Amino acid sequence: MPAVSKGDGMRGLAVFISDIRNCKSKEAEVKRINKELANIRSKFKGDKALDGYSKKKYVCKLLFIFLLGHDIDFGHMEAVNLLSSNKYTEKQIGYLFISVLVNSNSDLIRLINNAIKNDLTSRNPTFMNLALHCIANVGSREMAEAFASEIPRILVAGDTMDSVKQSAALCLLRLNRTSPDLVPMGEWTARVVHLLNDQHLGVVTAATSLITTLAQKNPDDFKTSVSLAVARLSRIVTSASIDLQDYTYYFVAAPWLSVKLLRLLQSYPPPEDAALRSRLTECLETILNKAQEPPKSKKVQHSNAKNAVLFEAIALIIHHDSEPTLLVRACNQLGQFLQHRETNLRYLALESMCTLASSEFSHEAVKTHMETVINALKTERDVSVRQRAVDLLYAMCDRSNAKQIVAEMLSYLETADYSIREEIVLKVAILAEKYAVDYTWYVDTILNLIRIAGDYVSEEVWYRVIQIVINRDDVQGYAAKTVFEALQAPACHENLVKVGGYILGEFGNLIAGDSRSSPLVQFNLLHSKFHLCSVPTRALLLSAYIKFINLFPEVKATIQDVLRSDSQLRNADVELQQRAVEYLRLSCIASTDILATVLEEMPPFPERESSILAKLKKKKGPGKLPDMDDSRRSVNGSTEHSENTDTTNKGSTHSFTDVLNLNSTPSSGASLLIDVFSESSAPPAAIDVSEENFPRFVCKNNGVIYENQLLQIGLKSEYRQNLGRMYVFYGNKTSTQFLSFSSSSPPQLNVHPKAADPMIEGGAQMQQILNIECVSDFRDAPVLNIQFRYGGTLQNIAVKLPVMLNKFFQPTEMMSQDFFQRWKQLGAPQQEVQKIFKAKHPMDTEVTKAKILGFGVALLDGVDPNPANFVGAGVIHTKTTQVGCLLRLEPNMQAQMYRLTLRTSRDSVSQRLCELLSDQF
Amino acid sequence: MIKAILIFNNHGKPRLSKFYEHYNEDTEQQIIRETFHLVSKRDENVCNFLEGGMLIGGSDYKLIYRHYATLYFVFCVDSSESELGILDLIQVFVETLDKCFENVCELDLIFHVDKVHNILAEMVMGGMVLETNMNEIITQVDAQNKMEKSEAGIAGAPARAVSAVKNMNLPEMPRNINIGDISIKVPNLPSFK
Repeated sequence: MPAVSKGDGMRGLAVFISDIRNCKSKEAEVKRINKELANIRSKFKGDKALDGYSKKKYVCKLLFIFLLGHDIDFGHMEAVNLLSSNKYTEKQIGYLFISVLVNSNSDLIRLINNAIKNDLTSRNPTFMNLALHCIANVGSREMAEAFASEIPRILVAGDTMDSVKQSAALCLLRLNRTSPDLVPMGEWTARVVHLLNDQHLGVVTAATSLITTLAQKNPDDFKTSVSLAVARLSRIVTSASIDLQDYTYYFVAAPWLSVKLLRLLQSYPPPEDAALRSRLTECLETILNKAQEPPKSKKVQHSNAKNAVLFEAIALIIHHDSEPTLLVRACNQLGQFLQHRETNLRYLALESMCTLASSEFSHEAVKTHMETVINALKTERDVSVRQRAVDLLYAMCDRSNAKQIVAEMLSYLETADYSIREEIVLKVAILAEKYAVDYTWYVDTILNLIRIAGDYVSEEVWYRVIQIVINRDDVQGYAAKTVFEALQAPACHENLVKVGGYILGEFGNLIAGDSRSSPLVQFNLLHSKFHLCSVPTRALLLSAYIKFINLFPEVKATIQDVLRSDSQLRNADVELQQRAVEYLRLSCIASTDILATVLEEMPPFPERESSILAKLKKKKGPGKLPDMDDSRRSVNGSTEHSENTDTTNKGSTHSFTDVLNLNSTPSSGASLLIDVFSESSAPPAAIDVSEENFPRFVCKNNGVIYENQLLQIGLKSEYRQNLGRMYVFYGNKTSTQFLSFSSSSPPQLNVHPKAADPMIEGGAQMQQILNIECVSDFRDAPVLNIQFRYGGTLQNIAVKLPVMLNKFFQPTEMMSQDFFQRWKQLGAPQQEVQKIFKAKHPMDTEVTKAKILGFGVALLDGVDPNPANFVGAGVIHTKTTQVGCLLRLEPNMQAQMYRLTLRTSRDSVSQRLCELLSDQF
Repeated sequence: MIKAILIFNNHGKPRLSKFYEHYNEDTEQQIIRETFHLVSKRDENVCNFLEGGMLIGGSDYKLIYRHYATLYFVFCVDSSESELGILDLIQVFVETLDKCFENVCELDLIFHVDKVHNILAEMVMGGMVLETNMNEIITQVDAQNKMEKSEAGIAGAPARAVSAVKNMNLPEMPRNINIGDISIKVPNLPSFK
């Protein structure tokens, strides 16, 4: 018998819906809806004694109207009134209305909370479930505040019905997600873990979801769940399916619960206890074995459920990454799926293999499937699957197969879907660079890339190829020859013209000996593209021309003629005109020596992370490219460089001039240009900023910040509120003088005028005073640039000054009560930052105390109930504001871990402080 | 976590939308449109997963969908859910609807939106899977219906009688709409491979 009989539909609702469906136009529909809204409004307003049936009917109408995309701005009060009804039907429809239509910051939340409270205490399981559902669906902060302490009680109470327990577990999970700070951990945690032993599998499933989330935050509190989960899993996997009749889904025993348990186990490392470990291994082996058995049903649901468990088991094996035999078996299993006729399985197999490829045990095994994956790329009909194949090829690529993989990706690129082209271009560019043994191959690859998919080649990619060519002498001649040949194609992409212009401008002389690529031929070739290009490319070509004048005096006259033509000198575009005028003048008045100096070959770029990688990361979000080192980005981030640029210029926004050091400010938004161009403005040779000693200064103010064979730089600093003073001591370690010594620091520091003495005697020390003012909260520390002449050579040093946000702390003493009150006030999720990390140094209480004090906050004794924990408070002073800050550090001796929690009124401050402090232990 | 559950028909008309994260009405409608656009252009026998649209959170979220006759059932989930598990869940949902409505069709979802929401609430709560056992779900739904009937027996009888009488001579009633081609045939899933 059907649970809903068709006869009891609501007539008014049916008529209304039919009307809407018969509407011929959008206008007619809106008109009909407005009429109905007016009707319902008047019914709600006027007739107080609406019966339950009518109320339900009207609410259903409103839900339908809402579904069609119309805003519902009334009826909320009526819905709230329905909540307090004793009738199930009315209550239910009230809750339905609220969970669909009420947003979390409604004014009515207090009234709703009241009704929920009544239902939660009603001991009627149906009402309790309705209330719990409502809390979970709305999940607002006010609700969390009202019920976060009540729900754990319901969850672990002995007399709670199973269905209520299920709801309570998920409700708590939801609140923990939305307002983690409000869900108190406590004695209930241990009892929650024991729900894994519950008779009712629904309860176990809900509890597993809850524990999985909680365990990710507090792994230690839920450690005991591992053994229980393994035991449970083992019972499900090995038992005959008759035991769990209700939870058997198409002949698979409790697939959903198995998946959840395997997920939970992925929050932990492999169990240390040998017996437990072997039991888990046995489970995983059984799951892998079952995959080989003939299916018990032909239905797709059967194989789906079975494979859901299998994929999760494989995910766990990959997560543990400790049993080579299991890893290889997993890989073989996935290999089978790669050729499965079911598209879903091919998709998932490619996805899991991606993670498998990064394990050292299975990397080789994954590589054996390369042909299959390449085949998938060529033949797969589904773009989602092809995309996964690209991901996998990227992940399995190493030196041995790079050439083949890159070639395959390139050939796929010609036919690839537009939506994934850019990503493939980035991946090809990265692989080509990463695994290039000889750079001629790299140059060929990138030029091919531009030829095939020029439109999708972003700035980063062609900047990068130029960086590499400039940095490597061995490839310059080849690059010049190749771009010259590529440019001869009748139609070439503008990006190719850019690369060609740049490279010929720098290294055209290397191929000028051949009469087929004589200077004049090169110039004519470039100039033949000139008129087809956009303004930025033309500007770049003009710069290439002036470089030609330096390289090849014989074409000087020709080029001067071009520059002198009206289309250049009177060009409507200011940038082009300016370049033409300046270059023409330069070529006329400057002597060859000056010309040679000004237009000298570009110095090598500093080695740094490829900006292409950064771009791919941005596209894919963090965490998807695990093998790439993230730490360097902050060093070379764009902000720092824009601070460095203190040169005379005219604010040119075009980049190629920077290379020539004529006009040298990258435009402020030019972070994309940084890799190629930014350093050129820190004359004369580019240098990396030294910051190795930087972390040592987080918790102290004095010490040596920099030292090399020549120079030692010591610091002494003191801070008061938002002001600071730093004494910098430059020690000459040699016996000869440093001449023309100068140091410059970024504008936000006021350098004391007396300081910079242009000479330091051998063995002597010079002192400089820097005054510092903190204007607003900041991330990046200022950089001190030092230049001096030692012997004949000019030395350049850049040191990151240890001026961090925490230096502007004023410690604040407070009582326990005050502390907790403020802690609660700073409860918004973005205000809190928490980090759990391994101890890098021995865990010594006294040292930790000293570090926290050195960090600048007051150490509060007797606030935390656990005496092993540290609690601190302080206020950051900036010129504009003051930011209060509370912190708590919980050491865990056994695990050698710390958990650091910071709350401040500003999320950027919380974030920064957490990064600084967590590095110290 | 499940971020949203959407049901729409082949023409993109929404039949059910349930968001477990708060968006304003406009965004919700845009998400439905975007999702329809992404899902509907896919061939029949490609895989059932794809990356989410920009509005719902991009590639951190997956759309997992099934296409039954006239309706698309789409779940938008984050990486913590098993893809195949969610496919099973969609199947359980549809089978449950089929049991509760007896050969469920698109019109049932339209005219019994409250029931559909209630059935869904028994399965998914606040974005988390509550129950996957169909018998258990149906037991709960049955219990609710009984309660409803018993309450209707006391107070709702007149109204029900009136509606029954009115329904008798109604040429435009939905039961006369030809629903032959839009019923969702659950047991042997022709459209699903």
